[in-house]
Amino acid sequence: MNRHRDIPGFILALASAVVVLTALGMVFLYAPREATMGDVQRIFYFHVSSAWVGFFAFFVTFLAGILYLIRGERRWDILALSSVEVGLTFITMAVITGSLWARPVWGTYWTWEPRLTISAVQLLIYIAYGMLRRAVEGPERQARFAAVYGIVAFVTVPLSWFAIRWWRTIHPEILSGGDMALTPRMVQTLLVSLAAFTLLYATLLRQRIRLERFADRLALLRRE
Amino acid sequence: MEFLGKMWAIVVKDMAAEWHTREIVSAMLVFAVLSLLVFSFALDLRGATARAAAPGVLWATVAFAGTLGLSRSLVREQQTGCIDGLLLAPVDRTAIFFGKALGNLLFIFIAEAVLLPLFAGLFNVPLLRPEVLLVTLLGTVGYAAVGTLLAAIAVNTRAREVLLPVLLLPLAFPVLIAAVQTIGALLEGGTLAEAGGWLRLIIVYDLVILAVAMLTFGYVLEE
Repeated sequence: MNRHRDIPGFILALASAVVVLTALGMVFLYAPREATMGDVQRIFYFHVSSAWVGFFAFFVTFLAGILYLIRGERRWDILALSSVEVGLTFITMAVITGSLWARPVWGTYWTWEPRLTISAVQLLIYIAYGMLRRAVEGPERQARFAAVYGIVAFVTVPLSWFAIRWWRTIHPEILSGGDMALTPRMVQTLLVSLAAFTLLYATLLRQRIRLERFADRLALLRRE
Repeated sequence: MEFLGKMWAIVVKDMAAEWHTREIVSAMLVFAVLSLLVFSFALDLRGATARAAAPGVLWATVAFAGTLGLSRSLVREQQTGCIDGLLLAPVDRTAIFFGKALGNLLFIFIAEAVLLPLFAGLFNVPLLRPEVLLVTLLGTVGYAAVGTLLAAIAVNTRAREVLLPVLLLPLAFPVLIAAVQTIGALLEGGTLAEAGGWLRLIIVYDLVILAVAMLTFGYVLEE
């Protein structure tokens, strides 16, 4: 903790910068223009990637919550809270890019399409998690409550997903997702985008964890 | 058997306290009736509209009235210092959870026992059928279980009653959607077997929530 230079963090940041730029280049230059949706479809790569990271971040919080309850170590709580904050950014991005995509393709900013709806539900859960943390006094109790909420919330997400999906398939008058036939180039671009966003998540997570540790140290020094 | 005895003692205690004050059930009932009026004005519930909107209106009312009852039930536990007594007593935390959850479930059932006939009578919707009652019962089990766990968290925060709906509603979506869909299918003349997928989802939700709440409730009370 005495090192102020974070060499692995720097390498991670550099790697994610390179891969994100590569992904960006591939999205605009390498991936073919989609036949029916046109250039608008290019938002798909980053939309799917941010939704994936949003869900994955929540899974990390779930695991960190379990570990915190078992071990009671502060670092698992730091991981849980950092992952929620970074995940919130990505899931917000997924919801915004989703509605930007929906506008030209379906003619409306919002449809109750299952994947878009489940992202919105996750966004609300993330916000509730943040509100809970702020409302609890005492770091130990805050960590405990947040861990329990993170665990219960995460197990309801798959059930929400099934519920929303069935709910929408029962009412078929809503426009369907419009199945895209993905060409190999599209798949490659998607995979690179997924890698780029996952790396970006790791970078941001690492920095957020570092920030929280500095805050802990500062609080300790102030008390001395 | 000892476990059940302790759990039952907590339920009896809650019922006795409620019998003296009647504050939880009366608050939920008055709120539920008001909510029916609000929905009736907002949606103009008559004839076919009432029938189509009935499952949604019913469950929205139960969900909102439920949050009132849940937070009141846990706030009372804390204000009277009863929860401290329970924690000092040689009682398993799981027994406390099941006792409180069962108590809350009964409070919501009492509210529903008034709400359903009232709704059926006011809007002429045939809600008093065994299938509809079964779905309502199963859905309420999951809602009361997750609600009890989250209310125990919410009462220990600064925001208390304000925080509970924010925490609870996004986690209750699966059971809300499933209950509304099943009752909707039943009202349209379907059978329970046809809505079997939804019913299974409610049961899975109940079991998953009960299991997770059982495992984590001890950590919420740990002081």
